[in-house]
Amino acid sequence: MQLERYVGLLYRAQVALADAFRQVGAAHRDEPDVFFMCEQQAAVCDNHAGMLAVVTAAEPAARFGGPREELLRDLHDLYLMAAECDLCWTLVGQAAQGARDERLAGVVARAEGETSVQLAWLRTRMKQAAPQALVVAD
Amino acid sequence: MADAARVRDPWGARTPYGPGEQWPVRVDTGGDPEADSWVPSASVLHSNGDAFDIGVRDGRITGVRGRAGDRVNRGRLDPKDVYGWRATASSDRLTRPLVRSGDRLVESDWETAMGRIVRRSRELLDGPGGWGRFGFYTSGQLLLEEYYTLGVLGKAGLGTPHMDGNTRLCTATAAAALKLSFGADGQPGSYTDVDHCDALALWGHNVAETQAVLWMRMLDRRRGVNPPAMLAVDPRDTPVTREADVHLALRPGTNLALVNGLLRLIIERGGADEGFVAAHTLGFDELRAVVDAYPLGKVAEICGLKPADLERAADLLGGSQRLLSTVLQGFYQSHQATAAACAVNNLHLVRGMIGRPGAGVLQMNGQPTAENTREAGADGDLPGFRNWENPRHVAELARLWNVGTARIPHWSPPTHAMQIWRYAEQGSIRLLWISATNPAVSLPDLARIRRVLAKPELFVVVQDIFRTETAEYADVVLPAAAWGEKTGTFTNADRTVHLTRKAVEPPGEARSDLAIFLDYARRMDFRDRDGGPLIPWQGPEEAYEAWQRCSAGRPCDYTSITYADLERGGIQWGGERLYSDGVFATDPDHCETYGQDLSTGAENTAEQYRAKNPGGRAFLLGAHWRPAPEVPSDEYPLHLVTGRTITQFHTRTKTGRVPELDDAAPFAWVELHPADAAERGIADGDQVRVESPRGAVRVVARLTGVRERVVFVPFHYAEQAANELTITAWDPVSRQPLFKVAAVRVTKEG
Repeated sequence: MQLERYVGLLYRAQVALADAFRQVGAAHRDEPDVFFMCEQQAAVCDNHAGMLAVVTAAEPAARFGGPREELLRDLHDLYLMAAECDLCWTLVGQAAQGARDERLAGVVARAEGETSVQLAWLRTRMKQAAPQALVVAD
Repeated sequence: MADAARVRDPWGARTPYGPGEQWPVRVDTGGDPEADSWVPSASVLHSNGDAFDIGVRDGRITGVRGRAGDRVNRGRLDPKDVYGWRATASSDRLTRPLVRSGDRLVESDWETAMGRIVRRSRELLDGPGGWGRFGFYTSGQLLLEEYYTLGVLGKAGLGTPHMDGNTRLCTATAAAALKLSFGADGQPGSYTDVDHCDALALWGHNVAETQAVLWMRMLDRRRGVNPPAMLAVDPRDTPVTREADVHLALRPGTNLALVNGLLRLIIERGGADEGFVAAHTLGFDELRAVVDAYPLGKVAEICGLKPADLERAADLLGGSQRLLSTVLQGFYQSHQATAAACAVNNLHLVRGMIGRPGAGVLQMNGQPTAENTREAGADGDLPGFRNWENPRHVAELARLWNVGTARIPHWSPPTHAMQIWRYAEQGSIRLLWISATNPAVSLPDLARIRRVLAKPELFVVVQDIFRTETAEYADVVLPAAAWGEKTGTFTNADRTVHLTRKAVEPPGEARSDLAIFLDYARRMDFRDRDGGPLIPWQGPEEAYEAWQRCSAGRPCDYTSITYADLERGGIQWGGERLYSDGVFATDPDHCETYGQDLSTGAENTAEQYRAKNPGGRAFLLGAHWRPAPEVPSDEYPLHLVTGRTITQFHTRTKTGRVPELDDAAPFAWVELHPADAAERGIADGDQVRVESPRGAVRVVARLTGVRERVVFVPFHYAEQAANELTITAWDPVSRQPLFKVAAVRVTKEG
């Protein structure tokens, strides 16, 4: 069954996203809302990875390549990583139902909404930053 | 020392009354009772909107007299108002414009001062993205006509979204919670709910000191027949908590867990109004799932409270037939501020306690005219509680102002105060215009704010009545007329609009804030689409009429309230109570917001909102409690909360200049629990040092009944500024700074 490989992919994506939230947050301490929210969301990702570790073998994940120190681009990177997690949750959720795996389906039900919130927050924060960053700032 | 009877007896004699009766009249006065003429006005030293007349003799203010017929105060005066009018005649008022010459500010004239501002404005506006170079940081103390004019010149003249007020510090959470729960800003309840209620719940609201006259009303009910039961939630020991039947002195930073837990108990004990919930709300099942995670024992542990006290509170709330809640800074300036304020709204919706006499919610304001900052769009929101994401609302404004829709900034959320300061710090905002507020004392992390103000490439305009700490950093200082020296309207925390008339001439060359904004608009030559002046109005009444047209058809519709009507006394917009028919402002075409996620502030899209099909139902919004971003540690073991004291206002620019008020509290202090003091060898009256990771202040220790491990410092004092200690962080939804979550240590000074 390929499902297990996909759960592993999702697990690694969650671990990488937690790492990325932490690194981006630390790089933008002067944007206190970004710093605190990144810390908060890193903990959400830790929790997701922890739930997945119960149902799959925890494999080492790739480290985030490091922030670019440019707020909009860093949030953009986080968005793409969160989008990968979001897609994985959808697919794993579908497959878990097909496999009649109630435990895995339960994990998906608890977590996928939180990843959607991360995407919505990143989109909101980027919309706020974009006009000033792209049109006004030097 | 000045005689200050009303400082010693702030709430005066009781006039008890029973449920459903009219609050008896008690006329208070201050100053000389003999005057040549009396000019109608209301208070600008707090948000209660107490109406009084200004006594004038020989062109000077001689005293004040409460208006017996007014619905808000029925003649009474707050102690600040008994004496505070004297500040207007202070000898150190700004009387001439000042301009920077090297490291000094020198006296100048209006032509030179305005010329410098306009020249800099044009240079900036002509560059690409020119709108983004401007930031306006205003106040909760100007008048409606002034805010609206400022809003139009900023939004349709310069086209900048970077406008906010210091109302962000005091009232942003009230606005955010009302928008999210009910669809639009606007206070649901009325002060007359005090006359009818059988239970009062004060959530983080030390009303005795923040709105003294509202407290008199509550006390008079408590001394009358069939008094309301009373719950107070506050880690401090205050006149309110001492009066309450149940006092929950919770651990700071745990408000949301508390309200979730109380709601769970209330539902479990059958307190939900199922008919109301089904007919008038959305989201009960989701809310139920959230609050079910807060059983009694867990909440007691998180909040540091006894389970029995929580049960008594739940019985008080769940057993009432007419419940009135008030909410203020204990909730608004903590983390998860909007979520906790919405949790109080949830409680009222679940119990069906809204829109009936005695059953209501008052999400309070801190500052006197904060309501108007919100309504008129001087805080970044679009005027008239319009939704920046709704193209039809933007088009309405474009038609009204006769400008293209592209001129009006609606492409992203309005820039909140802390972000405006961040853009100034980064250098993309180059002109910062500060009116009627003193951010060099009132904002969090003052060292950083002073660094920003001192940046040479930032052009700073300060418009004020005194040469404040902030003015010292200005490139141009504009002398403004004070309350009593100008005409206009303002609206209190229960939507009561008052007219304040000019009683005396401003000193020297000082001008009203309205005249200053109009002069800037004229010199900048802002035009509409047909080449006419963008802002055609001249005086306050014309500005008010322009605002009436802007407000037409919106929740805050002023069209039926004229200056002539207001001569007779205060009038509420929207009637006595909002939502008395159970229809909320959530219709997608009418609402002010499509909603936000409470934990992150992430915005919903229009499609997501429409899919919920709210159809006039209110939203029940659950969120889980999280620990605060800064909690006490070994190094900083105490939890700091900051707040007000009754005799002082804002940064004391006025109250510090009035001997009766200044003498009452000339210096800051720190309130400590006796056990925490003993541990540190501190006695009452000792000089101590309060220190956080960001800074320190030296103050006198007062041993009080504050919760153990919690200390309180009032925020008014420039020399001993509590904001040297506070963190730079804010609620993700309302963007209100967290003044009540810093960790500190206190040591005795040698």
